[in-house]
Amino acid sequence: MNFLIFFMLFSSFIYAIFSGNMAELSNAALTECTSAVTLCITLCGTICFWSGIMNVAQKSGIANKLSKIVSPLLRLLFPKINPNGNAMSFIVMNFISNLLGLGNASTPLGIKAMNELKKEEGNPQKATFSMIMLTVMNTASIQLFPSTIVAVRAKYGSASPADILPCVWIVSVFVFAVCVLCTFIFESVTKRRDKAELQ
Amino acid sequence: MPLIILTVTAIGIFSKTNIFEAFIEGASDGLKTTRDILPALICLMTCIGMFKASGALEMFTYIIKPITDFFGFPSECTPLIFLRPMSGSGALSLFDGILAENGADSLAGKIAAVMMGSTETTFYTIAVYFGAVKIKNTRYAIPAALAGDITGWIASSVAVRLLLP
Repeated sequence: MNFLIFFMLFSSFIYAIFSGNMAELSNAALTECTSAVTLCITLCGTICFWSGIMNVAQKSGIANKLSKIVSPLLRLLFPKINPNGNAMSFIVMNFISNLLGLGNASTPLGIKAMNELKKEEGNPQKATFSMIMLTVMNTASIQLFPSTIVAVRAKYGSASPADILPCVWIVSVFVFAVCVLCTFIFESVTKRRDKAELQ
Repeated sequence: MPLIILTVTAIGIFSKTNIFEAFIEGASDGLKTTRDILPALICLMTCIGMFKASGALEMFTYIIKPITDFFGFPSECTPLIFLRPMSGSGALSLFDGILAENGADSLAGKIAAVMMGSTETTFYTIAVYFGAVKIKNTRYAIPAALAGDITGWIASSVAVRLLLP
């Protein structure tokens, strides 16, 4: 991250020297920080509104019903984990908060799940299959209502800012499936390789 | 959208939830999210803005263009491919820029939106999750997650072309 920031600043400075865009460059440094604040304020309303609605959904028991629907599926993805244990219940809650877009809740839940997995799997030094599965699931999180994106589209006058939702859902599910599949495949490949090395 | 709002509040009323209180609690959480992303957004938006203003971004996209053209991927969205896995705020400011230049309902704008909605900040997530349990050897976590990201980039472009012409 630090490298990335330095790289962008450095290459823009060097490039500006050769292209003569130095005036634009210093102008951007001044105006862009203001537009970051403007962007945040524009997004604030939509983000707050939807996290409010999704919190109502969670409090009224929709989350519990959802967790009954998704837990059989999640159990299939974590065959080595006790289906009634602590780790599994955190995994289910983490998945549900991702689904509802409760970002503030999902990361702490995911971290708790990681800690429980570590305990349940006997304090391993390397990443285990279940840990990788949980992390990879979170890098491909499926969200029902991506409020930030809809808000930015509304800001730039989209005729119907939410019309991308079906596309987002389809692609999300597809990405999720690829991530899960790759985890299963890579696990069996690395296992086979480790066995071959032992023999 | 109004249907989702109505359904959620109706279920809330029937299950005797204090919907106003729950809404306020969730909304103040949302406020916290917005406040938390602002400092990072200021930093990255300024960096990206300078990168763009100097013309370096344009040169960079031009170099990669043959590859993205091959997949039918709009070159306006190319920078997003590189920044999305690393930084959420960075991706958000690029996304804002893409919509500002091309319009929210342009092809590039829609593809960028679907990309943003269906992929995550992969490297950041992996760092946080494995950092929390102090495990350095992540084995195949990064390749598996990146396979998902690559699928997401290609699938966004395909899905938008097929479903939202």
